[in-house]
Amino acid sequence: MNNFQYSRAQDVADAVRQSAADSSARFIAGGTNLVDLMKYDVERPARLIDISHLPLRTVEETPDGGLRIGALVPNSDLAWHSHVKDRYPLLSSAILAGASTQLRNMASTGGNLLQRTRCLYFYDVATPCNKRKPGSGCSAIGGINRMNAILGTSAGFRRGRA
Amino acid sequence: MADSHAPAASGVASDGASSSIGKISVALLVNGARRQLEIAPWTTLLDALRDRLHLTGTKKGCDHGQCGACTVLLNGRPINACLTLVVMHEGAEVTTVEGLAGDGNLHPVQQAFIDHDAFQCGYCTSGQICSAVGLIREGRAKTRDDIRETMSGNICRCGAYPNIVAAIEEAMKAT
Repeated sequence: MNNFQYSRAQDVADAVRQSAADSSARFIAGGTNLVDLMKYDVERPARLIDISHLPLRTVEETPDGGLRIGALVPNSDLAWHSHVKDRYPLLSSAILAGASTQLRNMASTGGNLLQRTRCLYFYDVATPCNKRKPGSGCSAIGGINRMNAILGTSAGFRRGRA
Repeated sequence: MADSHAPAASGVASDGASSSIGKISVALLVNGARRQLEIAPWTTLLDALRDRLHLTGTKKGCDHGQCGACTVLLNGRPINACLTLVVMHEGAEVTTVEGLAGDGNLHPVQQAFIDHDAFQCGYCTSGQICSAVGLIREGRAKTRDDIRETMSGNICRCGAYPNIVAAIEEAMKAT
């Protein structure tokens, strides 16, 4: 992976300030997707802002009956949380159906939502990919797409505007 | 100006103004011993363990978090050492396969793997054992299916799975 600067955010405001000061920076929490993408040179951040130590690891009920999940709650902790297991079993099952024990122990809830596509053309920087480089084309349309959910195509999609 | 954003890492940059790319000081508790490293921020925990601390029991398989050969216990939980940066783990407790045995005695999981012939080539074994130790410590797996599901992040290309499951079952009973 590329060389980069590393800094640790002290609190949320500091993380936002550091990010605003450097548009090429990326936040890193669990890192299970970002580090992988960096190894493939799909992501080449000049700086990583480590937010993994911020106190965003609580799961709590809200007064209106909802659930507030901290962005840094590991997937494992969320899936096995007693309240989530009892009241949101689908969420628990969905998390446990994905990845592996090791990945779920590291991956954060916020990072889970921010994952990039697992399409192999997205990961292969030698091939066109609209998601990686808008307008370059979609290699999956005529390529290996058995594992992909390609819900129709359009000229707009091929140009990367869909 | 005091660098208030980097309490534990002397080389950590806190702003985009003038920081340079350099090595960072990180202290880990590896197999019970405090280890201090001056290390580039793009070094994975796996590479630090193998290349800097010479703990080569932890293996590099796919290097992408898919095979589980690099599994170690981070603060007691199994993780893929290949997908995390060592600089993120100041003060963390890391247990590798080298840290499991006690005074002259193998860990019960290690002994069970031998007793059940739970490997062929052995390349995946240290990762399998670290995952199994984590599985037993968490205590959620009760059935053979639970074991298979919990261990699904550890690939064995030799196909020793039946004996691996049997070994873990026995170690679960013994602990």
